Amino acid sequence: MNKLVTTNITRFILLVLLQVLILSNINFLGFINPYLYVFFILLLPLNLDHWKVLIYSFLIGIVIDVFQDSGGINAAASLVAAYFRPNILKFAFGVSYEFQTIKFYQTPFTQRLTYILLIVFIHHFVLFSFAYFNFTYSLEILKNTLFSGIFTVLLVVISMILFRRRRR
Amino acid sequence: MQQIVNFLIRYKNTLLFLLLLFLAIFFTVQSHSYHKSKFINSANFLTGGVYNWVKDIDEYFNLKEYNNRLVEENKYLRSRLGELNAKNLDTIYQDTSSFDNPYQFTSAKVIRNQFSHIDNYILVDKGEKDSIHSDLGVITSRGIVGIVEESSRNFSRVISILNTNSSISVQLKNTNHFGSLLWNGKNPNIVQLEEVPRLAPVKKGDTITTDGRSYIFPKGIPVGVVDNFELDVNQSYYKINVRLFNDMTNVGYVYIIDNQNLEELQSLETENNE
Repeated sequence: MNKLVTTNITRFILLVLLQVLILSNINFLGFINPYLYVFFILLLPLNLDHWKVLIYSFLIGIVIDVFQDSGGINAAASLVAAYFRPNILKFAFGVSYEFQTIKFYQTPFTQRLTYILLIVFIHHFVLFSFAYFNFTYSLEILKNTLFSGIFTVLLVVISMILFRRRRR
Repeated sequence: MQQIVNFLIRYKNTLLFLLLLFLAIFFTVQSHSYHKSKFINSANFLTGGVYNWVKDIDEYFNLKEYNNRLVEENKYLRSRLGELNAKNLDTIYQDTSSFDNPYQFTSAKVIRNQFSHIDNYILVDKGEKDSIHSDLGVITSRGIVGIVEESSRNFSRVISILNTNSSISVQLKNTNHFGSLLWNGKNPNIVQLEEVPRLAPVKKGDTITTDGRSYIFPKGIPVGVVDNFELDVNQSYYKINVRLFNDMTNVGYVYIIDNQNLEELQSLETENNE
């Protein structure tokens, strides 16, 4: 348990620093930035109590918000993604999730990808809706969600592969 | 009673979710109104410190560009000095107090710059310690950057002109017709000038400067040039796209302007309104 806590705290700090110092300054084609810190929410132990997931997700969101002066948009987006996490887990992994025995890295790739895609796109949609905060920008919201979402999913998959190699 | 407790236990996750969501929305709404985002603010010792530390490394990559800017500014100031000497100054004697400049400039370094969001903020490394406080204008040698919104001891947060909440009073350099400078959140090099009356003779390439009406910026700080323009729906005001002189994606060093006469001017103005 102790090891689990330290890995998650380290991951929290590393992802926040990576996000605010590098990833938020990429501005690919002028506006596309990945939000890799969602990886923290994805990697929280799958059988962790739901209320803990909510609190930790809110925390990482609000820390990112403080760094980026963005009010509460990252906190809200992470929170919504975390709220739907159990449903998405059930949808993506089906019966094996009900037994509460699965680990993130031991699941089939396609199921894991469904899980990542759903969480990332929910997160990004809420994030950009709150960022623009105005219905006249619907097109920008959708455009940003799509492109940044693809970028984030790519990075998540890449870091997933990298981290798993190290573990073996 | 039992039922209420059961209800609470059963829906504790949803209740927690709603509570935290409410908090997040509260912060978001606050950030959309000027001068209210006290809690979620990067001008603090932790985030400012982290950005400051990384900026030290990042600075080396832009040294050449910053040097060029300084040379450019020096050249301009030298040419102004030449003009001044060429005039026959020895016939005019003025009381030294009339030379007293009401504007005080403080230089600061940008440690975090944003331009890709819809509401962008800039963090600079001067704060209350250097008598920086809210509502001071921020410029570079090329043009305006924004207005200080919030200060901590060592850092200040500047609301960039690339922010949908920002509105700065500017004028056409030639004719003194004024309007408000806003941003639509799309291109970081183009800002929008609105409320310029139809009578104003607007031409492509006209220079836009600050008009000094808000007392935050002195009159005549350059802003940009007219890129293109059209009449609005009512056919009574122009909507002008202004191409900024400043490259907002690479700001570097800025000057913060403190108007020493601000209180005096404002007290006169409130007297007028009464």
